[in-house]
Amino acid sequence: MDIELITNILFATIRTGTPLILIALGEMVCEKSGVLNLGQEGMVLMGAVLGFIASVVTGHAGFGILAAIFAGMLMSVLFGFLAISLVSNQVATGLALTIFGIGLSAFLGAGYVGMAIDGITAWEIPYLSDIPIIGKILFSHDPLVYLSWGIFGLLFWCFKSTRLGLTIRAVGENPEAANAIGISVMKVRYGAVLFGGAMAGLAGGYLSIAYTPMWSEGMSAGRGWIALALVVFASWKAERILLGAYLFGAASIMHLVLQGLGFEASPNLLAMLPYAATIIVLVVLASDAVKTKLSTPLALGQPYRPQV
Amino acid sequence: MMFNRIALEKRSSDSKTMSYLSPVLAILLTLISGGLLFASLGQDPFHALHTFFVAPLSDLYGWTELGTKVAPLLLCAMGLTLCFRAKIWNIGAEGQFILGGLGGGYIALELLDVEGLWVLPCVLIFGALCGMFWAALAALLKTRFGANEILTTIMLNYIALNWLLYGVHGPLKDPEGFNFPESAMLSEFTTLPVIFDDYRLNISIYFALFAAAVIWALMSKTLIGFQISVMGEDKAAARFAGFKETRLTWFVLLTCGALAGLAGVSEVTGPVGQLTPYISSGYGYTAIIIVFLGRMHPVGIVLASMLLALTYMGGEMAQMDLSLPKSLTGLFQGMLLFYLLACDLLISYRIVRKPASKNHSQSATQNINAQA
Repeated sequence: MDIELITNILFATIRTGTPLILIALGEMVCEKSGVLNLGQEGMVLMGAVLGFIASVVTGHAGFGILAAIFAGMLMSVLFGFLAISLVSNQVATGLALTIFGIGLSAFLGAGYVGMAIDGITAWEIPYLSDIPIIGKILFSHDPLVYLSWGIFGLLFWCFKSTRLGLTIRAVGENPEAANAIGISVMKVRYGAVLFGGAMAGLAGGYLSIAYTPMWSEGMSAGRGWIALALVVFASWKAERILLGAYLFGAASIMHLVLQGLGFEASPNLLAMLPYAATIIVLVVLASDAVKTKLSTPLALGQPYRPQV
Repeated sequence: MMFNRIALEKRSSDSKTMSYLSPVLAILLTLISGGLLFASLGQDPFHALHTFFVAPLSDLYGWTELGTKVAPLLLCAMGLTLCFRAKIWNIGAEGQFILGGLGGGYIALELLDVEGLWVLPCVLIFGALCGMFWAALAALLKTRFGANEILTTIMLNYIALNWLLYGVHGPLKDPEGFNFPESAMLSEFTTLPVIFDDYRLNISIYFALFAAAVIWALMSKTLIGFQISVMGEDKAAARFAGFKETRLTWFVLLTCGALAGLAGVSEVTGPVGQLTPYISSGYGYTAIIIVFLGRMHPVGIVLASMLLALTYMGGEMAQMDLSLPKSLTGLFQGMLLFYLLACDLLISYRIVRKPASKNHSQSATQNINAQA
């Protein structure tokens, strides 16, 4: 393998890891507040389809991205209304959100299959992108990749040293206590769910506008689910999400690696890899159940009813 | 200041009436939303709803087609019922279906030139075993390693789908098929016999009805059915009573896998007649909606299977007659599930109107309120 191939593989790893980072960071915030939203896949697809449509209609990728974020948020409001306000079962509601999102996105996007858009082009960061190898791997991406790093940094800081981070965690660990000291559990949870929706929508927009500028039914291909496993894998820590997402990104582009090594393998068989890797991760995590339990937000998945 | 607030108040016990009324309410709400949707698409809502839900069943052909779609849905849904009753959230019927179809289809292709009545049973049994094998992986991951079954079964679904794609793009592709990702057509001896000449409805509907009856008997008349319900209702009680949780988990998952696998192989040896990337149409996912809509009761599930089968036909009809996208099917299914979840809240909560007063904070009722 020559240096150029390795560069290309690492470059592609970062691209494939980006949507996973976005979804998983959003879900992390959501789960830290105690809400388990299994509707990621549906929100990603809605972001992808509305983002794509908006890009086609307005001709601007930027509007597309905004529409994608908006779509994800709309979907998450639906989830929040049922799961937070009406205290429905979070698992069932999340599944329903995914099934609904798959159906609605296929319906909305039916007329847009096969269309092409310009998509988002790469921004090569001046000077930095001229650094040999590293410049190509890290600094010649599209803006959304840089945005994913920015959001990562923000969240890392937020949960490390801000009051907001502490508030969100308090709500996810012990909503009764949080309520007692005057935190509005509902507001925090709605905020977290909305943020999760925005991030999932953004990830959808990244897929349909930047990663592969096109729309096809079910194009998220289970990324929403993989991201859910990723959050547990990362023990709800942003920096481990970043690492995990790139590992999964690497698993998804194994065909590039194998081609580089001179192997011929069926793309369909290699496409199984990220899913198989997810199962392995789940097994490893379960074998260390105590540690997982320690880092799981205590009130995760439990609806909270304010005592009025 | 007086204004009426609509609030939800916890019932002292769950309402049985509401649990039966909720699906009806959800269907009505779906129809109303569907009508509004059609109107917004510039269609006459009544005509469009008629096209979607009534026109497909206007003749014998329509009813036989309904049966053709009910068969796989009912098989998957009955298997899922067992799992969901035990609170094993198996989302993997889709993958088990695909593997059943792929495995059965593979054997059927191997036996393409073999004649004999024994061939078809072999193919069907092998298909069911393949589905069982796929569910066994989920059971192993759950019981041996404690991995979350929702995520593992979904991952197994994607792996199964890619395996099928590998098959039809690779070793199982018809060499004379002009490079389409499809296998050769199956032989007469590996095709399920149809019930009426000239219609596609085949004997898999009998498998499905038989399975529904067996599962119903199992759940309501046998000890293991009782154990499954107890395990789902109260894990601690089940453990205390000495029920073997691991064994029950294996049992429900393997049964579901066998039924979903049978559904898959019946689809391949029935209406599809070959292996293609699209053998499933998402039946394994739709079956989840059926189980919830049918209240996990066999009679309800048969009715719900018919309704959801109808949404598939309605989508096709809307595409042909109204030039709307066929994906309306998925949209209607998604809406239905959402409304159902919302309506299900009325099982344990009642809607009350109460004047909001300053001291309502003293009221002891737990309520969640939507300001109105």
